[in-house]
Amino acid sequence: MSVDTATVAKIASLARIKVSEAEVAAMVPELNGILDFVEQLSQVDTDGVEPMTAVIPNVLRLRADVVNAIPETGGDKRDAVLANAPAAEHGFFGVPKVIE
Amino acid sequence: MSEMTDKTLCEIRDGVAKGEFTAVEVATSFNAAVAEAGALNAFIVATPEAALDAAQKVDAARAAGQPLGKLAGVPIGMKDLFATRDVQTSAASKILAGFKPQYESTVSQKLWDAGAGLLGKLNLDQFAMGSSNESSAFGPVVSPWRRAGEDKALTPGGSSGGSSAAVAARLCPAATGTDTGGSIRQPAAFTGTTGIKPTYGRCSRWGIVAFASSLDQAGPMARNVADCAVMLEAMAGFDEKDATSLDLPVPEWAANLNADLRGKKVGIPKEYRLDGLNADVAKAWEQGIAWLKDAGAEVVDISLPHTQYALATYYIIAPAEASSNLARYDGVRYGLRELPDGANLQEMYAATRAAGFGDEVKRRILIGTYVLSAGYYDAYYTKAQKVRALIARDFEEAFKQVDVILTPTAPTSAYALGEKSNPIDMYLGDVFSVPPSLAGLPAMSVPAGLDAGGLPLGLQIVGRPFDEQGVLNAGLAIEQRAQFAAKPEKWW
Repeated sequence: MSVDTATVAKIASLARIKVSEAEVAAMVPELNGILDFVEQLSQVDTDGVEPMTAVIPNVLRLRADVVNAIPETGGDKRDAVLANAPAAEHGFFGVPKVIE
Repeated sequence: MSEMTDKTLCEIRDGVAKGEFTAVEVATSFNAAVAEAGALNAFIVATPEAALDAAQKVDAARAAGQPLGKLAGVPIGMKDLFATRDVQTSAASKILAGFKPQYESTVSQKLWDAGAGLLGKLNLDQFAMGSSNESSAFGPVVSPWRRAGEDKALTPGGSSGGSSAAVAARLCPAATGTDTGGSIRQPAAFTGTTGIKPTYGRCSRWGIVAFASSLDQAGPMARNVADCAVMLEAMAGFDEKDATSLDLPVPEWAANLNADLRGKKVGIPKEYRLDGLNADVAKAWEQGIAWLKDAGAEVVDISLPHTQYALATYYIIAPAEASSNLARYDGVRYGLRELPDGANLQEMYAATRAAGFGDEVKRRILIGTYVLSAGYYDAYYTKAQKVRALIARDFEEAFKQVDVILTPTAPTSAYALGEKSNPIDMYLGDVFSVPPSLAGLPAMSVPAGLDAGGLPLGLQIVGRPFDEQGVLNAGLAIEQRAQFAAKPEKWW
């Protein structure tokens, strides 16, 4: 499988990365080089093989069902959460207007 | 007494504990070495005050007769992928420039709790994506090593290239690294240093900037095997804040180091004997086999039949996970924001990500987005996860016959900055380090010697899941026989 300029432009749009036409043109051969390289996996017989989901067997744990069970990942951290925001306003993240 | 910055982690810890020198003296010496080494570009941020502050606490604790931690008085470098409270954490990307975490990563906190101090944040490939350090937005790290008779700037490897360069240049006795497809082992091999990636899940990923979550593991990089064992003990351990953290006790790897390999079997995978393998690398590998035999091990030829598909598998899975993980950089919550005049929210996302991410990061996000997109998901991503299962099964079968596996760490010694401009050429350098990563196995690189050009070569030891001890022991057996004492001549 290979990609053309329209496909690369679409992927870039899905990935929310603005690209110029010149950048798309440069990326087409690069991405096709990588896709050609990974194409070799089609030679591997994987019939009946389960795709790997966990590399080391592990159990999925549940945390205690209480508020702030793990304080470091819990609540009451508004100022810390906003400390690095490019535009924090009135205790919220500021973004361009999204409703007309 | 040898120069302070020539001391190993264990020598520093023991010297501080015995009162031969103070932790402040140690920190002062390394701070000075860091300050002099701007030409290496190994540090993105230096934190001499933090190193001194930690050292003063250790000296005060010792004076008060309080018990000292495993790393008391040892100043370290921290790869700039670990969140450090109030100290810029950039992942070597413009998109995180100026980001000062409000919390501390689990691994770095454990190191501070053990008495270590922060010398600074180490340069790396942007978001740990790269093998040469050239994708850093802060410019590449320059290896302290030079080919004999040349002054061309060489790569320290990647992605943990700031870590490897800093340890090799004696700017710190040890540093943290992270390894997704070889990012601890390959830079260690390129710089004559020692590094181990533990079993997936040993070290908490909480607070480490995520690249490919099913592969990312933290580990130590230092001057020898014992130092790595001590530091890994401090870094490892269960963390409820990481869903994939292993809920197992941390073994006493350092106390149990044993280079006597009698009764152990070492596997040599035939698929790693690549056509046209670099002659010096092949020779180092043969030498390593002889050393392990000398240590009492039995050498067994093994087969890992799906080895040749590991890189292709990796270069689907890692970008797929990266494209998902890096969706968080949107110009809203932290880091860079690009807001062209009149732009709406979607346009702000796209402009921010265009301005903030480097070329290799964009390339991987686009590949990842493509292989996860509707219509291609099964053909690429599901297929890769199936092949990954086969690669892991190869290792499982091999470990029924052998205790550890010995391979070269990388197919060449360090190359010049700018030498590999094609992404695929760069990816091929990970050929020996990627397969164990895909299987989540512990793997380390130890120096084997120098090639004809006077540059370090590393050997990789891979072990069973959870058997870091077996890996460290085989590494120690090689270290004792290699007697690697070469160090880069100071030119910076």
